[in-house]
Amino acid sequence: MGEMKREIAMEAAVVTRVFPVKGPDKVFTAVDAVNLRLYSNETLALVGESGSGKTTLSRIMLGLLPPTTGDVQIFGRDISTYGRLERARMVQPVFQDPYASLNPRKRIADIIAMPLLAAGPVPKDDVRDKVLDLLQKVDLPAAFAERFPHELSGGQRQRVAIARALINRPRILVCDEPTSALDVSVQAQILQLLKDLKAQLGLSYLIVTHNIGVVTELADRVAVMYRGGIVEEGRVDDVLSDPRADYTRQLLSAVLPVDPDLARLPTVPLMPLPSTQTF
Amino acid sequence: METLFDISGLEIDISMKTGVLHAVRGVSFSIGKAQTLCLVGESGSGKSLTALSILGLLPQGATRRVERMTFRGEDMAGLSERGMQDLRGRSISVIFQDPMMAFNPTMTIGRQLEEVYLRHIARDRKAATAKALDLLERVGVTQPATRMRQYPHQLSGGLRQRAMIAMALMCEPDLLIADEPTTALDVTMQAQVLTLLRSIQVSVGISILFITHDLGVVAAIADTVAVMKAGQIIEVGDVRQVLRSPREAYTKALIDAVPKVTPLLARKAAALAVGEHVHG
Repeated sequence: MGEMKREIAMEAAVVTRVFPVKGPDKVFTAVDAVNLRLYSNETLALVGESGSGKTTLSRIMLGLLPPTTGDVQIFGRDISTYGRLERARMVQPVFQDPYASLNPRKRIADIIAMPLLAAGPVPKDDVRDKVLDLLQKVDLPAAFAERFPHELSGGQRQRVAIARALINRPRILVCDEPTSALDVSVQAQILQLLKDLKAQLGLSYLIVTHNIGVVTELADRVAVMYRGGIVEEGRVDDVLSDPRADYTRQLLSAVLPVDPDLARLPTVPLMPLPSTQTF
Repeated sequence: METLFDISGLEIDISMKTGVLHAVRGVSFSIGKAQTLCLVGESGSGKSLTALSILGLLPQGATRRVERMTFRGEDMAGLSERGMQDLRGRSISVIFQDPMMAFNPTMTIGRQLEEVYLRHIARDRKAATAKALDLLERVGVTQPATRMRQYPHQLSGGLRQRAMIAMALMCEPDLLIADEPTTALDVTMQAQVLTLLRSIQVSVGISILFITHDLGVVAAIADTVAVMKAGQIIEVGDVRQVLRSPREAYTKALIDAVPKVTPLLARKAAALAVGEHVHG
């Protein structure tokens, strides 16, 4: 299949981020010379284990953290040339834990409207209309506008977080483990909602996850991160059926399918296991 | 199959401002020697309360009633707090999701492992230290002598989890209660910890009550599965039977809700897990 000329929504070019740490090395390189492209209308999954740098990279892509070196572009323009509000209209985050990401003292309507009002004064009726429209888009009843977060279940809260992310009509959502804090039955609903919204609104998604199930369900392409670098990138079907990098193989071998014959793990003699492996 | 632990008619009530919540209603199950029973269910189904109540560790405001509870053939329901203290950590031990909760942040790992031995087995510090070192090494903690002198916060998540497992094994218990022990870990570390638990089971014949909401974990570790919903066990059976041909619609819905990893991937993954060579 020939590669069409596709619009690039977001691009990281040789992005590196180091953090100062105690110890002989003085610095820790969390993201190491990463190149990453998110095409318009695409869902790209960024997978890797804790500490692989995937969250740091996603924060850089959101403009919440400047890279130490390298460039990030959003729709062909350097991220640092966007103003804060301008950037917020292009790309919005959805976080893992909807118990932590919603202000417990605000009503749902105020939570959803916050990014809109932060961008400047808007007539009250317009705010109301937009909030109700978004509640409908994320399949929540209009009556929820007057409720507080503690009255909602985890899945309902995540819907509110998604509605809030969408109120300024961004073109990109960066979702960091959007379903990890939820029960499986609720996870399936949120994944379906994200798919529906993408089709309806023409969004592009960067999904940060360590859940291969989320990757197969949602993503078109996947980038595998290990120790700050991207070790493999490609179409989901290709990468999962024929992984090239040793780390991808190790990651896939650790996935437990819901089948006793396939998920059984080997038993090993009780001996020291290496706590981290190097490739 | 010999039964190690048996409970029937467990009821747990929680008194709240608005009245009494019947959190667990008529739960019964038994665990065979060297077997793993997985208690699965969504948040709020009562699975953790069930586990805590076995240990006599219910939170304040929660009360337990039970028709019958036996451990190694002896009554456990009528045990005094003192009697429970002798069992906990000695014959029945527990590991939690968050190892930071299980450890005292102000004591070294070594002290905490030794303490279990000193309390239950013998007041012999040398023997306790030797046992702790041996166990840390066997559960795959690197540089065990150094780790013994470290505090919980100085260990990585995976190492803390292993140290907690070692602590739970200090007195060679007959029953291990594992409450979501791998939920906070990423998949590679999860596979390592589950492999470790299975290996321990095979080599020392321990029984495990494993609480999880992850059906992949169930498939990997369970002999028997009990599905909990709204405080009741709605389905119980052999792991193959429950996961392949569930009787209850709720169980089927839980299984269907797990995003499917393609069969091709699953086959390869299984082959990779046992170290076979895979042809593309």
